Amino acid sequence: MLLRLLRTFTRPYIPWVVGVLVFQLAATIATLYLPSLNARIIDNGVARGDTDYIWRTGAVMLAVAFAQVIAAVIAVWCGARTAIGVGRDLRRDVYRRVGQFSAREVGRFGAPSLITRNTNDVQQIQMLTLMGLNFMVMAPIMCVGGIVMALREDPGLSWLVWVSIPVMGVLLGLVVSRLMPWFRIMQERIDGINGVLREQITGIRVIRAFVKEPFETARFRSANQDLTDISLRIGALFVLMFPVINMVMHLATAAVLWFGGHRVDQGQIQVGALTAFLQYMLQILMAVMMATFMFMMVPRAVVCAERIGEVLDTRPTMHPPQRPAVAPRAVGHVRFEDVTFQYPGAEDPVLSGIDFAAEPGRTVAVVGATGSGKSTLISLIPRLLDPVAGRVLLDGVDLRDYAPDDLAGRVGLVPQRPFLFSGTVASNLRFGRADATDDELWEALRVAQADDFVREMPEGLDAPVSQGGTNVSGGQRQRLSIARALVARPRVYVFDDSFSALDVATDARLRAALRPVTRDATVITVAQRVSTITGADLILVLEHGRIIARGTHEELVAASETYREIVTSQLSAEQTTGGER
Amino acid sequence: MSETQEPVRKPQRFWASAGRLVKLMAPHKAALAVVVAAVVLSVVLTVWAPRVLGRAMDVIFAGVVGRSLPAGASQQQVEAGLRAQGQDTLADMMSAMTLVPGQGVDFTRLGTLILVVLGMYTVASVLMWLQGYVLNRVVMRVVYDLREEVERKVNALPLSYFDTRQRGDVMSRVTNDVDNIQTALQQTFAQLVQNVLTVLGIVVMMFIVSWQLALVALVALPLSAVAAGVIGTRSQRLFKQQWHATGQLNGHIEESFSGHELVHAYGRQRQMQQQFDARNEELYRAAFGAQFMSGTIMPVMQFISYLSYVGIAVLGGLRVATGQLTLGDATAFIQYSREFTQPLSQVAGMATQLQSGIASAERTFELLDAPEQEPETPTSHLPGTLRGEVRFDHVDFSYDKAALARGAEPLIEDMCLHVAPGRTVAIVGPTGAGKTTLVNLILRFYEIDAGRISLDGIDIRDLSRHELRSQVGMVLQDAWLFSGTIRENIRYGRQDATDEEVLAAARATYVDRFVRALPDGYDTVISEDGSSVSAGEKQLITIARAFLAQPSLLILDEATSAVDTRTELLVQKAMAALRERRTSFVIAHRLSTIRDADTIIVMESGRIVEQGSHDELIEADGAYANLYRAQFNAADPAS
Repeated sequence: MLLRLLRTFTRPYIPWVVGVLVFQLAATIATLYLPSLNARIIDNGVARGDTDYIWRTGAVMLAVAFAQVIAAVIAVWCGARTAIGVGRDLRRDVYRRVGQFSAREVGRFGAPSLITRNTNDVQQIQMLTLMGLNFMVMAPIMCVGGIVMALREDPGLSWLVWVSIPVMGVLLGLVVSRLMPWFRIMQERIDGINGVLREQITGIRVIRAFVKEPFETARFRSANQDLTDISLRIGALFVLMFPVINMVMHLATAAVLWFGGHRVDQGQIQVGALTAFLQYMLQILMAVMMATFMFMMVPRAVVCAERIGEVLDTRPTMHPPQRPAVAPRAVGHVRFEDVTFQYPGAEDPVLSGIDFAAEPGRTVAVVGATGSGKSTLISLIPRLLDPVAGRVLLDGVDLRDYAPDDLAGRVGLVPQRPFLFSGTVASNLRFGRADATDDELWEALRVAQADDFVREMPEGLDAPVSQGGTNVSGGQRQRLSIARALVARPRVYVFDDSFSALDVATDARLRAALRPVTRDATVITVAQRVSTITGADLILVLEHGRIIARGTHEELVAASETYREIVTSQLSAEQTTGGER
Repeated sequence: MSETQEPVRKPQRFWASAGRLVKLMAPHKAALAVVVAAVVLSVVLTVWAPRVLGRAMDVIFAGVVGRSLPAGASQQQVEAGLRAQGQDTLADMMSAMTLVPGQGVDFTRLGTLILVVLGMYTVASVLMWLQGYVLNRVVMRVVYDLREEVERKVNALPLSYFDTRQRGDVMSRVTNDVDNIQTALQQTFAQLVQNVLTVLGIVVMMFIVSWQLALVALVALPLSAVAAGVIGTRSQRLFKQQWHATGQLNGHIEESFSGHELVHAYGRQRQMQQQFDARNEELYRAAFGAQFMSGTIMPVMQFISYLSYVGIAVLGGLRVATGQLTLGDATAFIQYSREFTQPLSQVAGMATQLQSGIASAERTFELLDAPEQEPETPTSHLPGTLRGEVRFDHVDFSYDKAALARGAEPLIEDMCLHVAPGRTVAIVGPTGAGKTTLVNLILRFYEIDAGRISLDGIDIRDLSRHELRSQVGMVLQDAWLFSGTIRENIRYGRQDATDEEVLAAARATYVDRFVRALPDGYDTVISEDGSSVSAGEKQLITIARAFLAQPSLLILDEATSAVDTRTELLVQKAMAALRERRTSFVIAHRLSTIRDADTIIVMESGRIVEQGSHDELIEADGAYANLYRAQFNAADPAS
């Protein structure tokens, strides 16, 4: 998968990759040429006492060094172009793909996982590409070039190269291959110990109330001991690595001097050539070492590449229509016709045989236990999901035939989890209709019971909203989320348990203010609190994805056992959630 | 690389914190002495070895030159002969050498020198390994102790510490920061010493071999400093830009994926994508600049090192040719100049890491220095069997003592309350009325400012916190379970309970029913995301946990988030079972609980405004009656 990704995404950058190769090659050749020139200085200059030759060759060396730096910088430039470009393209493609996903695919991966894939995983691939182009390309060139140059100096000593490369490779490989799984274990144990601490902090009240500090401390100590054990093991092996590398290098040096000494003595090579050979040898071994370390990056990148590939290979299950239907006049007539929804691979459908109609000016409420399919039903209306069987009609047209923008304009969703985007209060409110005037925004805020606190903010409508809306309270977030739907002036309002964070008084005022605004619109609402839906025109009772009862509050209380059960268990005296210490 | 990392936080008081970090290692003085000795010795050996290698090179060179000369004559005779022929330079060069004309390489001498060098390097490697090994053990020990200390501290801090700080911040202090300290200790301290010593040693050796060449080599030093400075500050700035752009883009991605349904429902895909593209392009520009700039450091530094290499090759060659230097010394010099730049650039890299490590240490120390809970001076003990009578006498309390000192109103003021043994007290009131605070005070999570809270007539401040809390059972709204099996979580209530007792508690609280349906039964692992059990079931487990503890006093915070209808009923029944024959404080949300309570307390802004049974309070037609009616009048839909 890593290779496939790299192949696909480096394609537009082939000229730059070629540039990297060419200039890296040039830089390496220049690097390798220097010891050779130094050898000439010794053999032709020093040994013969020719100082002019020394100066001349020195000047050449300087020129070569200069060429080297130019080539290397150009190679870095090409490498950065490619790697950063690959990162950008990969990031864009993943983002586009997720943009095409329906709620179903997003749910399958989970939003946090998708975020990691699009940010961190892409980053890893970008890093690997960069390092790869800067170093991994260089290592083999250096290796091959070094060998060629070394052979040119003296083929008779070449066996030293053939012996020391595998020795270095095998020794490093042994250490690294043992270290890698240990590193993974260590990471797991770090996560483990951090998990224990996290639990201690989140559960601090319970731990103290149950006097479980000693128990927690024991748990922590064992996690700490585990972590320390593996760290010690890794440390013991890790500190072996550099002494081993050094020893290999020094042994190689000694061998070159000893055997080279003999060949010099026999007049087979010159002294300068010997010093050059020695330097090539060390350069080759350094390249081998660098390549080994680079390869340590690969397994991690492979995992990242697979995670990215998974996203890119997932075909979205929902497509906008090829030829959108000619949109009828927006009225707000919603109709479910024998709708079934099922996740692929799941045993039972989430919804089956759902059949009902919602008319403008009317309120349809959906009640049921968690997991009965309420939220799934609701998310079919803005077409976040497509039914597996049956169809959902809006003003007589199948939702699948609407142009996405057109449909979005007709349906206003207030999700269960009020989510705000970073920006300002105004930018959030205009999310559904960019050209809304300030007066319209204030009007929506007034209805949503949010005008007071927005007015109190020094910047008013331009008050900043942080990412996720974390700088306003849960209740305020919920009210802004309702106001956002109101600004869009849709024909159909979809409320998914949208009033849960409000206190009784605010809730009552908000509902009263909503009534005239939504008078001509269709309202479909999910409610956890039965007390808030007793006035609905139609109540659907869901159980295991089926409508098991329908009617008004009075009818259902009389006819439905399940509904009565829900009513008795959910009627509560007070409407607050959390938020209090 | 610094790309994926946050820009380094600068420590506030670098030296103070660094000093304290070093002090942590103080108990391991002996081991550290071994480390330092090993480092010093290995550096001396590594620095000296090229010199010996140079001698070996000299022997070879002498052999080459010697062989070309006529045998029988002495070195002086040959030199004189050369000068007579006008070959002054060759004669000069030879004067620095020891050779026997007519003879080739002296292999005995060469072999001895090579063996000596190998011996030096072997000892140096062993010492290097030894210092690494010992240091690693010391660091691990120090970090182990530091973690223990942090954990102890978490348990010793008052709850207010956690209330007044972001949870994420505390978490990162006890986890990431400690990890970071470990890395810094492991990777910087030893290497810093080693690298600095190596640089010093090499400089000294260079001067010993040839001060003229040393000066040439050292010219590279200010040059590389300037280059590193110029490129470094520039790329630092670009990295900051890149970090900023990454943050912006990642924020946008997070937002669009978390708000995926809204983006779709409101038809905003196109705008979101345009924003993404703009930010992605911005990141591309910033990242390219940063990567290119930082990527040039290596070639440029290398160029500088080549400059000194060329300088040494030329000057060294000239000096060898004129007999002022041996060839071996020149090759040794080349090796020195190479080994010299590496530790130098490593030191530069380490500075960043050290800075980040010290900043982490500082944050951890801040946590360790935070004031702990008031020390305990228990003077009393509870009787063996507790009746469970609770009394508040004129209690004042405020979270923010500083605001109180400025004259702000206390959160709870002059509260008096008497609860007879075995009674159920329902506490109702709007958010922020102080309901949770009230029960927190009973558990002594916070210390009261004035007045007295007593249990069976004993002031709870005279008891140890442990003794007090072991008498109190608690079920909170957010069902906290630790990651372990269901059995372990129930047993959390009382560690020495038998399996039968655990089972009995599970049965009494309706846990048994759903656990049976799970494939792993009581051994089902509750993980952090807790997908295997629903929220309601988790709640039941917390009730079973409290049930097993058999407390004399019970504190229940009823859940408001509606769970599965059926489970909800079970939760209620289980809570009722738990309350039986125990003094119970219930932060009540359900009508049934409130109606059945012996006493209802209505709280408003820290005061008890009404107190009595349901019927009495309805009769009184006060705050409670209003609240009760508001509940039913609010019962109309959003239409």
